[in-house]
Amino acid sequence: MAKIKYHILCCGGTGCHASKSDVIMSRFNEVINEKGLTSDAKVVATGCFGFCEQGPIVKILPDNTFYTRVTPEDVEEIINEHIIKGRKVTRLLYTDPAKNEHIEDSKHMNFYKKQIRIALRNCGFIDPENINEYIAREGYEALSKVLGEMTPQQAIEEVKLSGLRGRGGGGFPTGLKWEFASKYQADQKYVVCNADEGDPGAFMDRSILEGDPHSVLEAMEICGYCIGATKGLIYIRAEYPLAIHRLKVAIKQAREVGLLGKDILGTGFDFDVELRYGAGAFVCGEETALIHSMEGHRGEPTVKPPFPAESGYLKKPSNVNNVETFANIPVIFNKGANWFNKIGTERSKGTKVFALAGKINNVGLIEVPMGTTLREVIYEIGGGIKGGKKFKAVQTGGPSGGCLTEKHLDVPIEYDTLIAAGSMMGSGGMIVMDEDNCMVSVAKFYLEFTVEESCGKCTPCRIGNKRLHEILDKITKGHGTMEDLDKLKNLSQVIKDTALCGLGQTSPNPVLSTIDNFWDEYVEHVTVKKCRAGVCTSMLKFVIDPEVCIGCTLCARNCPVNAITGERKSPHQINQDICIKCGTCKEKCKFGAISIK
Amino acid sequence: MAKIKSLADLKNLRDNMKSGIDLRERGDHPDALPQVKVGMATSGIASGAKEIMNFMIDELDKRGIPAVVTQTGDMGYCYAEPTIEVKLPGQDPVVFGYVNQAKADEIIEKYIKNGELVDGILPVNFRSVNE
Repeated sequence: MAKIKYHILCCGGTGCHASKSDVIMSRFNEVINEKGLTSDAKVVATGCFGFCEQGPIVKILPDNTFYTRVTPEDVEEIINEHIIKGRKVTRLLYTDPAKNEHIEDSKHMNFYKKQIRIALRNCGFIDPENINEYIAREGYEALSKVLGEMTPQQAIEEVKLSGLRGRGGGGFPTGLKWEFASKYQADQKYVVCNADEGDPGAFMDRSILEGDPHSVLEAMEICGYCIGATKGLIYIRAEYPLAIHRLKVAIKQAREVGLLGKDILGTGFDFDVELRYGAGAFVCGEETALIHSMEGHRGEPTVKPPFPAESGYLKKPSNVNNVETFANIPVIFNKGANWFNKIGTERSKGTKVFALAGKINNVGLIEVPMGTTLREVIYEIGGGIKGGKKFKAVQTGGPSGGCLTEKHLDVPIEYDTLIAAGSMMGSGGMIVMDEDNCMVSVAKFYLEFTVEESCGKCTPCRIGNKRLHEILDKITKGHGTMEDLDKLKNLSQVIKDTALCGLGQTSPNPVLSTIDNFWDEYVEHVTVKKCRAGVCTSMLKFVIDPEVCIGCTLCARNCPVNAITGERKSPHQINQDICIKCGTCKEKCKFGAISIK
Repeated sequence: MAKIKSLADLKNLRDNMKSGIDLRERGDHPDALPQVKVGMATSGIASGAKEIMNFMIDELDKRGIPAVVTQTGDMGYCYAEPTIEVKLPGQDPVVFGYVNQAKADEIIEKYIKNGELVDGILPVNFRSVNE
């Protein structure tokens, strides 16, 4: 039998799944069977390719052809043209927006050129539901190296030497964390994987679990060996059904071949992993709250110390790391700490995965070396701002982070520089904003989120954030005063200083950073009652230019509240007392007679 | 599934599984490997290009030579079908015509393995707009 000539990789991540990638895959299999091509081509469901903007993605190897926005109807054409005749289906190739040219293969796409994939190394390459494909990519070799050749202390030293820092946001050195947990004696210790990814717009952990679940399992086993734990728990939110499914399959397969369970690889080391589901509360990403939630209590944080390393899950020493942190671990052992610590910058080693979202051309998942600048990420990888609009700000670090502006574009991305610039790394959400975003409303959006997600245990967070939100709401409705701006600043500082956990302490950050960077906009809102982005509708006034209006009555007929009056064939008027500023009239007018004042 | 009880077991399994995805591994850095393109337009297929492609893939694999074999459309040398284009890393592509199994074998042994040119090279008679 001839060897298979083509592998057809279909993205099976949540994003592409939602746009029918499962139908596309079964259609491929159908057509391949119909045409008797089973020995020529093979369909593989992979994890996320990262280029979600253009999904569903189908990649054909070995020639790296990158088809975008594929539909089930395109499948037959791809098989007929590409697989049978060797001709690429040009209309489905990715088009470079700058040059308006089709790009034949992923090697030449700007989106991939600058990326280095460590945590995402297997995403979009292997079938996540097949342990053999992971093993073929050096899977579980790091584990066997650690178990067979290293003492726990040596392995911890290797992680310390790599310079790996926690990817969940805080940036605490991972090796050090493991060392603390290893020092406490107990009859039972736990390795906990934090998969409670809660930042709006962040989906890197989900994609890793969906695309390469074994890398996390392998790393948890290595961690277990290092700290002396035999049990691992993955705390994952129930909103991630596909990730949960893939993890379950991975755990089952690893148990079947004996890579989880008793006497792993004949070394006498026991380790097993279980899943714990979270209900999707943001605060449960905080490690103490996460542990309480796993124990079956309310997901509320407690004061540290004691740190989980001393008293964690069921009061036993526990080590909590985030998904992306774990995904880096096998590579560190396979390639060596000295390979890893050459990537990145002086104080931030390795790479970071970012979820690009907002007003950017290439929405998706990217992994870049630490020290890459925001400009490179937004303009080169991200392909610039949508619709050629002007860049205004980028929000990093989710509700705990801040907004960075034009002047920060050349700041290298690393833990410490982002904090110095008034934001933070966070888990890696990056929301890009353009001139149509009102920064007061952006701050209000994040406050709305924290008010909703506050667990209510401490007063500054429960009541303080509520008041912050009320003041912001007042400003966006056009009733703000200069005193309100002072109040915002003072109250933010108080919450920062007095809240119990990380969620509360960082929740005023979006307010403070927008005040710092966009003070003019705040002042404009309270003094001249103007929102330059045209987002705060209460400050807008829709008016009809009587010179342009021909009295076609289209606006009056479409106005949902009947605020527009006027005779046929003579200029109309908008009654400002009734108008709800929905903008329908402006959209409908064929003569451009309606404008926002 | 058989249990993996030692590092040796794991390595064995890895080596067995590798061939399942090596097509993908190679596709990941094609410029570092010999690339063979087989002209598979109607004229090519009619004169046996499909068999030649299968032969190339199987033989390269049997002889342990990592390479990327893909098919392509009509190269324009219909008089000399089957035609194949071979690009060694860092060199200009060379097109061979009238490729039968014996010729394919010679191309693998001499040109792909050792870089020695063999008879049957077609002169490139056009320039591409991409150049």
